[in-house]
Parts: sequence; structure tokens; C-alpha cells
Amino acid sequence: MGSEMINRRSTLKSLALGAVSLLAIAAGGTFSAQAENKMLKIGFVGVTSGPAAAWGTSNVRSMQTRADWINETGGVKIGDDTYNITIVTFDDQKDPKRAIAGMEKMAQEGIRYVVGPNVDDGAAAVRPVAESKGIIYFPYAFPKSLYVAPASNAVLGMVANYQSGPAIYKYLKENKGVKRVAFIAANESDPLSQRDSGVAAAKELGLEVVAETDTYQTDTRDFTPVLTPIMQLKPDLLVLSGVAPANAPLLIRAARELGYEGLISAETAQDATVLQEGAGELANGFISVGGASTPEIRTPMMEEFIDRYIKKFGEYNDESNTKVYALEYIIETLKANPKAIDDVEEFKKTMDTFSAPNPYAKNGTLKYVGMTSFGQKRQVSVPMVVTEFKDGAFQTLFVGEVD
Amino acid sequence: MEQVIANGLYLGAQYALIALGLTLIFALMNVLNFAHGQMYVLGGFVTYSIYGQLKLPFVIALICSGVTLAIVGALMEKFLFRTVIRRSKREESTMLLAAATAFFLDAVVLLLFGEKQRGVPKIISGVFVSDRVILPYDRILVGVVAIVMIATFMLFMQYSKPGRAMRALAQDRIAAQLMGVKVERYSMIGFALGAMLAGIVGGLLVSITGVNSGIGGPISIKAFLMVMIGGAGVVGGAIAGGFILGMMESVGLTVLRAYGDITYLVIFALLMIFLSIRPHGLMGKPWG
Repeated sequence: MGSEMINRRSTLKSLALGAVSLLAIAAGGTFSAQAENKMLKIGFVGVTSGPAAAWGTSNVRSMQTRADWINETGGVKIGDDTYNITIVTFDDQKDPKRAIAGMEKMAQEGIRYVVGPNVDDGAAAVRPVAESKGIIYFPYAFPKSLYVAPASNAVLGMVANYQSGPAIYKYLKENKGVKRVAFIAANESDPLSQRDSGVAAAKELGLEVVAETDTYQTDTRDFTPVLTPIMQLKPDLLVLSGVAPANAPLLIRAARELGYEGLISAETAQDATVLQEGAGELANGFISVGGASTPEIRTPMMEEFIDRYIKKFGEYNDESNTKVYALEYIIETLKANPKAIDDVEEFKKTMDTFSAPNPYAKNGTLKYVGMTSFGQKRQVSVPMVVTEFKDGAFQTLFVGEVD
Repeated sequence: MEQVIANGLYLGAQYALIALGLTLIFALMNVLNFAHGQMYVLGGFVTYSIYGQLKLPFVIALICSGVTLAIVGALMEKFLFRTVIRRSKREESTMLLAAATAFFLDAVVLLLFGEKQRGVPKIISGVFVSDRVILPYDRILVGVVAIVMIATFMLFMQYSKPGRAMRALAQDRIAAQLMGVKVERYSMIGFALGAMLAGIVGGLLVSITGVNSGIGGPISIKAFLMVMIGGAGVVGGAIAGGFILGMMESVGLTVLRAYGDITYLVIFALLMIFLSIRPHGLMGKPWG
């Protein structure tokens, strides 16, 4: 009995030693492969849970897909060194307090470049941290104060609604005969500020704004009571200001079921699958600012990005056509000026003159823009694609550009 | 105005159904189930998967939602709440457990079903249009089903043996035990029933409002609001609370439209005044 136990113990010990040795060999192999490249950490602080989760999740997934792709192909050469990209993520749950905590975390990890936050109040909240800790961040938020001097650390990662809105209204006025517009927004900072700038743009174009103060609670699930009085005003165009992807199909469906036959538009990016599942054919004709890519302008590299994204996460999000750009801009700018890798002032200097071929859009150029809107180059240049939803997919209405 | 009333009645029916399960669990176990909204979400996703993805009939999906949540509820009661109630003398322990369960279910749902809003094809197409009221047929159907379910639930509680046992438990736990009611068994049945109601209403409404992983918390808060209006632990109170909230929301959004988004501000202000006058709500007493 005693010798049996000893035998069993020594067998177990041998097995454990063997397993540890195998792990050590495997780990050693991994370390030796990675030891050739340095690590470049890029942060993400934004919303990846709750009703607006689709906004941040498309950021994170785009960054992870691109980082994996870069790492798989040997890393990225910046100056004399080659780096593997590591994405460090933080879910701020759309809460400004958590966004600050997230940015603090990025600073503690020595991260200089952060993508996000996804909403206005979060982006405004992290500004003091980013500026004091020397972090450049790429928000998907529209307040001009973030990008106009003396602010200098924020770089708008997409086309703002006050840039796309006038273009959409002008198109609809000239091509669809729109005269009367109604706005509706969620009762929170982003949608409200987008609504206000949309109302101003519509009035400037000479459109009659028949509803401009209507709002709904962010947790509304049934929009029929909210839309009932607006539908009685019979607008030609219903603008869903700053609408979250989760709410867009519900609003569209409620409006159509109340007999509304006019146009519906939004200046935020939406998700085709979500629209199809939530509103089906009722969403046909819905106009929104799409992800910054269409089949017509897409390069093979963009096609490969989409393939890799789908392989990794199962389902593509049209918003990722825009969200793929922030990481690319960071990397390409660092390649243009390797000193910026730990000095954001160098990064800022480079932004003024930076230019590189756009790997995702045919005949496109990566460059910083924003002179007209902000008086300084604090916005990434991405194609402004305005789309119309039809039978489960977005169709391009027109493609524009921001200067 | 007829449209506003129709909207209010429809909202009220769905709200009442949401609040029923919450008030049942509270009545039986004195547990404020913060995870009620997450159970609704899970039920919605089960229906989404079976009806929306696997294309099986909606009724089967709805039954699966109910059964899944009944099992989840029974397991939660048996292994979590029963243990905590037995070991802890402090009432807040169950509240903390319920809150933790809510966060846990939120995370599980997010992992299993992703972050996107999900919807299913309409169960009935078409819209009823008259001079005064426009109401899609699927809403009419869901409203009728909700009312039938509420009536069935009340009859079950009133006349069935488990219903009587649960009412006895809600009235006086110790007296019920002395009268031979198997407390543990009926607590588990009650919790399962409450969770099942959340699951069924989640499945039912996924055909109208869809579902996403982030809506559990707000739904729980709204359900608490209805229960507070009607009186915690009273079935009739939850139903009344649901209809009152639905009607207030519908009327407020039309009548107060000119003053901005103050409907919920007014509702909360009225609720504060109401609760200071009637802290137990409209029917605030145990069943019986």
C-alpha cells in the first residue's frame, strides 16, 4: 500500500514536472519570438456596454483586428525599431467619471495615444487628464471646444454632424423637395447638441423647422407615444439627432406604423443588420452617414480588413469602416515622425504637414483636416459617405469630404 | 386624444406584465429582485435565438423563454437566495445578492449575445387604421396576450393549490409553515414563476421593441416604479401601477410636449408627493 502511494506520488510529480517543463519551453519559444519586436501600447477608452455599446465595440474590434494583422505580418517599423501593437481597452460605460478613470489608467500604463471616448461628455471629461498627462486622444464626439485652440490634444476621429448635416439637408432639399423638418433627440448631451446644430443648419438652408424641442428618455423602448404628436405636424423629413444604433430601428418602426410617409435621416452611423432586424422594410429609405467606405471606393486592403474582422468576430459592423482609421492615423503619423512615439508635441507638429496614401480608399490620402471647423488640423480625414438603407444594406447616396 | 389613450393602454398592459413577476418575488421572499430586468433581457434573447435565428414558431420560442427563465429562477432561489436568507439576518444581504446577480446576468448576456440591438420579424403584419386611432396589429395582439396572461396568473394565484400556498406564504411565512405549507418548495416555485413571467414578457416584447444587452437595468427601475405606485407585494397593485405609469407616460408626452422633456420629471415629482402621503402605495399590504 505504502509503495503504491509512493509510486503514485512520484508519477504525479513526474507528470507535473513534465508539464511545467513543456510550459517553460513553450513560453521560452514565445518570448524569443516576441523579443525581436518592441511593444507599442495604444489605448481605447469608450463605451462597450449598454445601449450605445455598438459604438465602442466597433472601435475596439477594429483596433484589435488591425493590431493582430500588423503583428501577424511582423509588426510595424517606426524609426529604427519594429513594434508589435497591443491594444489596452477600458469600458467607460458612457459615464464621464469612468472615462476619467480610464484615461488615468492609460496614463499609468505610459500610453501616449488613446482612441475614444465615444460621446461628448466623456470626451470633455477626459480633456484635463489627457492634457496634463501628455496624451493625444481621438474622440468620436463633436463639441468644437475640444478641437479649437487652446485645446490641442484631441483629434476628431470621424465626420461631425455639423459637417454632414448641412450636406444631407441640402441634398434632400434639392433632390427630394424637403421643406418641413422635425427633429427628435434623446435627452442627453450628445444628441441634444447635435440636434441644436442640426436645427441651426436646417434654418440656415431656409427649411421650416416644425419640431425642435422634442426629446425622449435614453431608456425608452416604445417610441409611439413620443412620436405621436410629432407625426401630427406632418414634416417632410424627420431627423433622428444623435440616435444610438439600438434606438434607430425602434424610432423608424414607430414612425412608419403611425402612418408617416416622409423621409427619415440621422447624422450618426448605423448598423444595417440592426436596422433590418428591428424595422425590416420599414427602414427602407432611411438616410444616415455611413461608415467611411463603400464598395465603389474600397481598396483590396479594406476588403481584407473586413474579411479578417468577420473571421475574428463573426459579424461586421458598418461603423468599422470609419473606426479602422484612428489606429492607422496614429501608426502612420508615428512612422512619419518616430520621435513622437513618446513625445506628443512632436506628434502635433507632424499633424500639420502629415500626408500618406490612404490604404482603405482608392485615390485617397491620409491627412489631418479641420481648418474650417476648428481653425487647426484636429480631425482625421475620412470619406464622408451618406447612405440610404434599402433591403438590408446601405446604398451610397453621395460621398463627400471635409476640409 | 383617442390615440394617446390607446398608446397608454398598450404601454400599461406591457408594464403590468413586467411588474407582476417582480412583485410576486417580493411578496413571497421579501427580496427586491434587481435582476428582474436582466431576466426579461435573457427571455428576449431566447426568443430571438429560437424565433429570429432558428426560424421556429413564435409560440415555441415564447414557451422556451418561459421555461429557460423558470429554470434559471428556480436555480437562483435554491442555490443563492435560499442560502443567503438562511445564513444572513440582515435584509440587505439579499438586495446585494440580487444586485450582484443583475451584474452577472448583464455580463453573461453580453458575452453570449453581443452588444447589438436585436429584433425579430413581426408576428403579424398590418396596421389598424381608423379616423382616430392607428394601432399595428402586433401591438393589439401583444396587448391582448398580456391581459390574458395577467388574468390567467390571477386565477392561478386565486384558485390553484400552489397559488393558495404562495398567497399563504406571502401573508405569514411562519403560519403557513405551521399549516403544512412546504415553504422551501413554494418559495422556489414562486421565484421560478416570477422569473418565468419576466422571460415571457421579454420574449413577447422582442417582437415589438427588440432587445439588447444593456436594457436590463432601466427595465428593473421602471418595474420598481410601478410596484411602488401600486404597493409592493400586491398583484393588483402591480397591475394598477403598470397601467397608471403607462397612461401617465402617454398623456404626459403629448400634453407636456410644449414644455420639453419634463414628463418623467413630473411623474417622479408626483410619485414623491404620492409616496409621502401613501408610503405603501395604492394597495400596500400583503395578499390575503
